[in-house]
Amino acid sequence: MTAISVENLSIAYGTVQAVDHVTFEVRRGEFFGILGTNGAGKTTTLEMIEGLRKPDGGSIQVLGRSPWPRDSELLPRIGVQLQASSFFERLTAREQIGTFASLYGVDRSAADSMLEAVGLDDKADARVEDLSGGQTQRLSIACALVHDPELVILDEPTASLDPHARRNLWDILRGLTHSGRTVVITTHHMDEAEALCDRVAIMDAGRILELDSPAALIRSLDSPARIAVDARTLAADDATRINGVTGIETDHDVLTLVTRDPSTVLGELARLQCLDGVQVRTGTLDDVFLTVTGREYNP
Amino acid sequence: MNDTAAERSSAKASSFAAFGALCVAIMKGFVRDRTSVFFALIFPLMFLVLFGGIFNFDQSSQIKMIQVGDVALFDNLPADARHGLDELFDLSRSDDLAAAIANVRDGDAAVAVIESDGDLVAHYSQTDQVKAATVQGALRSFVDGANVAMSGVAPAFSLRTERVEDESLEAIQFITPGLLGWAVAMSASFGAAATLNGWRNSKLLRRLQLAPVSTRTIVGSRLVVTIAVALFQMAVFLGLGTALFGLKLSGAWLASVPLVVIGTLCFMAVGLLAGAVAKTTEGAVNMANFIVLPMSFLSGSFFPLDNAPSWLKFVSNLLPLKHLNEGMTDVMVRGQAWTAILQPALILAGFAVVVTFAAAKLFRW
Ligand SMILES: Nc1ncnc2c1ncn2[C@@H]1O[C@H](COP(=O)(O)OP(=O)(O)O)[C@@H](O)[C@H]1O
Ligand SMILES: [Mg+2]
Repeated sequence: MTAISVENLSIAYGTVQAVDHVTFEVRRGEFFGILGTNGAGKTTTLEMIEGLRKPDGGSIQVLGRSPWPRDSELLPRIGVQLQASSFFERLTAREQIGTFASLYGVDRSAADSMLEAVGLDDKADARVEDLSGGQTQRLSIACALVHDPELVILDEPTASLDPHARRNLWDILRGLTHSGRTVVITTHHMDEAEALCDRVAIMDAGRILELDSPAALIRSLDSPARIAVDARTLAADDATRINGVTGIETDHDVLTLVTRDPSTVLGELARLQCLDGVQVRTGTLDDVFLTVTGREYNP
Repeated sequence: MNDTAAERSSAKASSFAAFGALCVAIMKGFVRDRTSVFFALIFPLMFLVLFGGIFNFDQSSQIKMIQVGDVALFDNLPADARHGLDELFDLSRSDDLAAAIANVRDGDAAVAVIESDGDLVAHYSQTDQVKAATVQGALRSFVDGANVAMSGVAPAFSLRTERVEDESLEAIQFITPGLLGWAVAMSASFGAAATLNGWRNSKLLRRLQLAPVSTRTIVGSRLVVTIAVALFQMAVFLGLGTALFGLKLSGAWLASVPLVVIGTLCFMAVGLLAGAVAKTTEGAVNMANFIVLPMSFLSGSFFPLDNAPSWLKFVSNLLPLKHLNEGMTDVMVRGQAWTAILQPALILAGFAVVVTFAAAKLFRW
């Protein structure tokens, strides 16, 4: 069962090829992420899927229907959070979501319980202008969910939030797929894609470079593990003599051992009693990005 | 195609609910915006109070006359003739002829009269020829009238003069429709400009496109709110004008209601144009102001253009606000029939269509 199927999707703004022959499928019930730097083409791709933009070429099916031209039977089945927080000016949180509920022909009581679901019940009577960044994003997600859509599309839901607020939002986002709902998000946070998504498409310059589960993407890197220990507990010479260590790096008081056999090396470190404050880092999506684009990831 | 009647009617009910919810949301947004409320209501009302207060004193057109010593003609008049004298002249007494003539020379009085051997001698200044002629004419007609009355013969001819305007026509009568026109033009254009630009920049316009409501519902709710605000402005203006400044509305004044509605549409179109061209909300409102404020001066909103040069009158006839003001003045205070709004209404509607079309052409997401 596919929720979204996109084939050879392309669009250009003047001479900028914003989206360039993009093909992918999102399965029903899946948490799907599009990961890329600013200007990669994520928003434009979503706008074509939502039916806000007409593609120059390619085909799109959303829940078995074509989003363009505007399909008023498809719209109630989709919930969208646009990248900007698009609210009515000077309304309170409750009035805001209540208005959206009415636009979708949904009872206003559903709106109130949705406010509760995103933890905004104590802010219900605050105007949107007075909400914090995290509260604004939660309200905007609540507005996208108020009509209980089958498919939710969120464009950078955690943009410009501090790490604490981001992690709070993750809990809400994780819950979205529980009722079999399909979720598509874009992000430029690697850790977010790793933490939330079943599958991730890595997008750069209008193209999809890789598409798989975060674990599979990292596995395919076949990159070595890096073990950092306190340089005062282990001399560099001793470190090179440990079995399986293929290289070392020193940086002030941190000594990093590079290895493809981390369990053996960790065992040896335990024997040498220098496990205090040890850090093990295997490959991450950052490394995947570096490998596929040849560039350091700089969101 | 295969909708049941029940489904259709429930769709209609929910689109009505959507319409109502949008109207409420937009209205709340307006009422809570102090700046908008100030410019739509308080600011124009300040002008009404100001102008109503300044121009509404009893404009005296009496001729200032100094009577030197006793003047039998004036002093022995029968009561009703004396009343006529007092209406025409602002009479003061003096015993010093030289001082009185000096007063006339300085322009403090229009004429000094003294009786000498049954003749009435009037000393006047020729500096202002029109005034001099008025003084002479008035005195002469008064003396002639007195002569006729003394002779006991009924006059063969008599002249009665009446002003063409309502007798009570005071400054407030002209000021109210003009200022109301300006107020309506301002709030309709600012509102449309700010909404279009604000909703585009916040992407609310796109967000609304994603909801299952038609463009008609969205545009319609914005129209209804703006028209309601305009009619509220009208009620406040006419109410305050009547209660505080002696505004008297003439018979067909209700015909100005549809005219205000069409005028609102026209100036919303102007605001849409400004909103489509400008990049920011502030820019859009400033641009609307830049169009509406000069137009108000040229359309006689602040002062009548009766004495303006003909080229200026020509320019003013090209402006929609001039026609809104004229139409409202005609039916509100000039006592014309409701049909007087037809021509201005057509012109305003024409402007609305053309300007909306231009705005739609220039609009970029
Ligand atoms: N309305 C537009 N007009 C012209 N160029 C645009 C427009 N929107 C986006 N672009 C360009 O298209 C590319 C993709 O943009 P976007 O889809 O917004 O990327 P992302 O969401 O990944 O940051 C960028 O180079 C951007 O500058
Ligand atoms: Mg984007």
